[in-house]
Amino acid sequence: MIVVRVKKELIGPKGKFNLEVDFKVEKGEFLTIFGRSGSGKTTILRMIAGLEKPDEGYIEFDGKVYFDSSKKINIPPQKRNVGFVFQNYALFPNMTVFENVAFALDKKKKENIEKVEEVLKLVELYNLKDRYPSSLSGGQQQRVALARAIIKNPDILLLDEPLSALDYSIRIRLQDELKKIHKMFNLTTLLVSHDKPEVFKLSDRVIYLEDGKIRKVGTPREVFIGKSISGKFSFYGTVLDIRKSDTVKIVTVDINGNLVEVITTTEDLNIGDEVLVGAKAFNPIIKKIN
Amino acid sequence: MLEVLKQIDYSPFLLTFKLAIITTLFLFLIGLPIAYFLAYSKFRLKSAIEAAVALPLVLPPSVLGFYLLLITSKNGFLGKLWQEYFGHQLAFHFEGIVLASIIFSFPFMVHPLTAGFRSINKSLIEASYTLGKSKLETVFRVILPNMKPAILTGITLSFAHTIGEFGVVLMVGGSIEGETKVVSIAIYDAVEKIDYTTAHVYSAILFGISFFVLLVVYMLNKRFEVR
Repeated sequence: MIVVRVKKELIGPKGKFNLEVDFKVEKGEFLTIFGRSGSGKTTILRMIAGLEKPDEGYIEFDGKVYFDSSKKINIPPQKRNVGFVFQNYALFPNMTVFENVAFALDKKKKENIEKVEEVLKLVELYNLKDRYPSSLSGGQQQRVALARAIIKNPDILLLDEPLSALDYSIRIRLQDELKKIHKMFNLTTLLVSHDKPEVFKLSDRVIYLEDGKIRKVGTPREVFIGKSISGKFSFYGTVLDIRKSDTVKIVTVDINGNLVEVITTTEDLNIGDEVLVGAKAFNPIIKKIN
Repeated sequence: MLEVLKQIDYSPFLLTFKLAIITTLFLFLIGLPIAYFLAYSKFRLKSAIEAAVALPLVLPPSVLGFYLLLITSKNGFLGKLWQEYFGHQLAFHFEGIVLASIIFSFPFMVHPLTAGFRSINKSLIEASYTLGKSKLETVFRVILPNMKPAILTGITLSFAHTIGEFGVVLMVGGSIEGETKVVSIAIYDAVEKIDYTTAHVYSAILFGISFFVLLVVYMLNKRFEVR
């Protein structure tokens, strides 16, 4: 189990604010920190990895204290057993795919070479092992970064918006892969994301972070849907277009790639808003498509 | 024509290259940690150090040479120390012009290296740390291999600049045959003696070498960029 209780003053889009969080990650759990950019979620990951120092607080991994401001303990990142996947992947341009992954291990022992090959096969990169990162696609680079982060069996896998730069279809595939790897190794995973469908798909539990404070904690359903709507037929989407028609508005919403038009009278709706599209008064039908 | 070329004494070139190679080597070893510090440290007085490093760019070589002469002569503190350990003063000796060249070419090594260190994406360094690698190992396995163009630029610029320096070497080294008389000074001497043939040959060779060195740098840099 991982215990995180930290405070740090940050500068966000609205000026200074205090990041102040207190949470635990259970072994094998897939926990997501959800929040808008600038809410401090990446900083939390960085503090857990030891890349940034909290102003005060306490971080513990399975009984080992990594940070304790009252006792002036601050274990450097090298000695914290974490796997970190950066938003820009951070692959070493001077090394091949194989070398990038092998970098995580000590010297070239024979069993290590086998281990690297095994992990590369797992993420379907074995055929590309002698290529340099610059010649790979975004999704392939992402898989190298993931392979490199998990090869040392970290106590926790930290994912900093790892899929945000990728195309929709690749993102879906990699989400499946992340889920597979998480299950396969029972790897405690902490994801930072601002993509609700992704959070729903992957996480056991979500922390909703706003202005540096935890607003809600729970399963994705509890956190995002709550009791605000009584019907069970609802989808998350993004507003693409708003047209005025007499007294109402016709809103075009993108729900996971499906475009729908909804009539509404809601006033404060803008293009780009995340919305919940739901219906309460009729029974939806489900039909299988071949 | 060939006869003329054969009669010319080429030993100043040997001395010049010996000086340039030794200077560049020392500069690289001293420049790396200083550039690393300048690139990454948040030390409050860093600007003062940056200014000191860049000083040789703006100081007249004679000013630098004058101070160095004071320090390295028999009565200067470095010169005195040198005298005690090696039996001769620093000024007017090869070691003296090495020291002078190192100081004079300092920014030409440190500036490209600092820029190189800064060009490395911070997340590469952090990734290396989270993968358990020490700061030193990160420097040698991640940072330096990814700033090859900067290293190459630093080395070549220092080398070329040392070959071309005149004022500081003249002040500190004088013009002693086989000890401190480098090509640039030999050209000056030749002109003074109205030996234009020697001056022409020396100048042409120096011109060619300088152009060639820079050409190699730009060609190599282009290759690095492509990859």
